[in-house]
Amino acid sequence: MTQTQIFHDSPADRAHRVKWFSGRLAVYTLLILWAIICLFPIYWTLTTSFKMAPDVMKGNMVPWVDFTPKWLGWKSLGLSPDTWGAESTVRAEFLKRFANSAIIAVTSSVLAVALGSLAAYGLSRFSYKFAWMRNSDISFFFLSQLILPPVVLALPMLVLYKELALLDTRIGLILLYTLSVLPIVIWIMRDQFSSIPTELEEAALVDGLSIWGAFVTIILPIALPGMVAAFILSLVLTWNEYFFAALLTSTHSNTLPVMVASQTGSQGISWWSMAALAWAAIFPLIIIGVVLERYIIKGMAAGAVK
Amino acid sequence: MLLVAAAQLLHMTGSAEFGFENWRPTLYTYITWAICLCWGQVLLHGEHGKRTLFVLPAALFVISLTVFPLLFGLIIAFSDWNLSSPDGRSFNGLENVRQMWADPFYWNAMLNMVWYVLAILVEYAIAFALALALNAEIRARKFFRVAFLLPLMLSPVAVSWMIGKSMLEPRFGPIASLGRALGWDDPSFFGSPWIAKATIMVMDAWTFIPFMMIMILAGLQAIPKELHEAAKVDGANGWRAFWEVTFPMMLPVSITAILIRIIFKLKLADIVIAVTSGGPGGATDTVTSFIFREYRDRSNVGYGTLLAMVYLVVIVIAMTLLMKFAERISRPRT
Repeated sequence: MTQTQIFHDSPADRAHRVKWFSGRLAVYTLLILWAIICLFPIYWTLTTSFKMAPDVMKGNMVPWVDFTPKWLGWKSLGLSPDTWGAESTVRAEFLKRFANSAIIAVTSSVLAVALGSLAAYGLSRFSYKFAWMRNSDISFFFLSQLILPPVVLALPMLVLYKELALLDTRIGLILLYTLSVLPIVIWIMRDQFSSIPTELEEAALVDGLSIWGAFVTIILPIALPGMVAAFILSLVLTWNEYFFAALLTSTHSNTLPVMVASQTGSQGISWWSMAALAWAAIFPLIIIGVVLERYIIKGMAAGAVK
Repeated sequence: MLLVAAAQLLHMTGSAEFGFENWRPTLYTYITWAICLCWGQVLLHGEHGKRTLFVLPAALFVISLTVFPLLFGLIIAFSDWNLSSPDGRSFNGLENVRQMWADPFYWNAMLNMVWYVLAILVEYAIAFALALALNAEIRARKFFRVAFLLPLMLSPVAVSWMIGKSMLEPRFGPIASLGRALGWDDPSFFGSPWIAKATIMVMDAWTFIPFMMIMILAGLQAIPKELHEAAKVDGANGWRAFWEVTFPMMLPVSITAILIRIIFKLKLADIVIAVTSGGPGGATDTVTSFIFREYRDRSNVGYGTLLAMVYLVVIVIAMTLLMKFAERISRPRT
C-alpha cells in the first residue's frame, strides 16, 4: 500500500465512498419501507378503534391532529374505562372466547412439546425398529404429517367427534391442535437434541442414573431454550388457528378467531368495534412477538441450517 | 401384558355388546389400552422398553388421530351422508366421483392453488432481499427484526379484517386512497377475478414473508465470513459475489424454505373464507375454502371428504415430485 492511498482521497476512494453511501441508502430505504408495510396495518387498526364514523369515512389517520380519539369501539366491547364496572354481555362473550383460546392454545402447546420432545429425544439418541420401520422412517412418518392438509382430516373428524361427543368441546380442539403442531415441535427438538453431545448422558449413565433419569436431570435443562422456542411457536399457531375451530365448535368452546370472523359478517359497518375486537385478538401476540422475538427466530431457524 | 389383552378385548367389544349412548367409552378404552401398551413395553423388555417409551406415546397419538380418521374418511368418501338429514349414511359407490368430475368449481379451485403456489417465487425474492438487508451492518437491527416478524404472529382472521376489509375498503381505506392518488379511478380490490386473486396473494405474502425471511437469514448467518473476503480478494464485485458465492451457498436453505412455504400455502383457507369467501365467481377459492363452504352450504360429509382425499393424493404426488426435483438441483452445486 502506498502512502497516497492512506492520506489522500484518490478519485477511486471517493467513488467507493459514494457507492458505499448509496448502498447504505438503498438498504435503509428498503428496511424502513418494509417496516412501514409491516406496522401500518397494526397502527391503522388501533387508531380506527378510537374513531367516530365521520373520521373513518374521511380516512383520518393521526390522532389528536386530524381527529379526536374516542373510546367508541372499546365501549361497544365493554372494555373502555367508563364501562369497566358495568355489566356487559359483549365483554362476557369476548372474555369467554379469550379464555377458550388461551386454555386451548396453552394446553395443546404443552402437550405437543411434551410428546414431541420425548419422541425427538428418542429418535436422536437410540435406534429403533418397529416392524419394517427404522429411525429415519419414523422421523419421516412424524414430519410427513406436515404435508397433510387439515381439510382431509376435518370432515372425518367432524363425524368422529360427533360420535365421541367431542364436538364443541375444548378437549376436541386441543387434541387436533396438538396433532397439527407436533411435527414442528419434533423438527425443532430433534435439531436441539442432536446439538447436545452424547458424552453427557454417557457420563450420567456411568454415574448410575437411568436413561430417563439422565434425560430429566441432565438433558432437559440444556434443551430448555429449544423447548421454549417450540412452545412459543406452537402457541402462536394454535392461538391463530381458524379452520378447525370454525368447523368443530359452535357455541360453547369457540375461540377468538371464530368470534372475529363471525363479527365481520354480522356488523361489518361498525368499524370501530371491529377494529377494537381485531386489535384485542392480536394484542397478546404483539406482546409475545416483541418480548420473545429471540426464541421465535431461533425456533424457525432450527430447520434451516443443517 | 394380561392387562393389555384385557383392555384390548374391552376395546373391541366395548361398543358392540353394551349399548352405550355414544362412543366415548371406546375412546377411554383406547387411552387405557395405550397406557397399558406403554407399561407393558417396560415390563417386557426392560431397558429396551424404556427406550421405546420415548417414541411410543407420540406415535400412538399420531396414529389414532390421523391414520384412523384417514381410513374412516376413505369409507365415507364413497357415501352420501348429509349430516343435517335424518337418513344417515348411505353407500352410493362412485356417484361422488362422477359428481366431482362434473364440478367446475372444484377444478377451478385446484387451478387457483397452482397460481397461489407460483406466487411463492415472488415472495421468495422479496424475502431474500429483506434478509440480505437485515444481514448487512445496520443500526436498530433489533427493531427491524421485531417489526418484520410481527405479521407472522398475527391471527390471519384478524389480518383479513384489518387489511382485507378495512384498509382495502374502496371508499376510504388508506390503500384505496393511495391507489386513487396514483391514478386508479376505481380501486375495488375484489371486483375482477385477477385483481382479487392478486390481492389475496399479497395478503398471504404479507403474513408469510417473515417466515421465509428468517429461514434465509439463518442461512446467511451460517455462511463463513472468510468466503466473502476470499471473493473480494479475487476481485469479485458485490453483484458477482452474490451470484457466485452467496446464492449457491444459500441454495439448500432456499429450497427448504420454499418447500415448507409450499406446504403452508396448500393449507391456505382462513383469509379466503374471511375476506372473499371464494368470490368473485370462485376466482380466489382455495381447495380448502371450497370444501369448507361446500360443507357449510350442503353439509354433505361424503362428497366433501372425497374432494379432500383427491386433494391429498394430488398433494402427495406433487410434493414427491418436487422433492425429487429439489434434490437434483441442490446436489451438484453444493
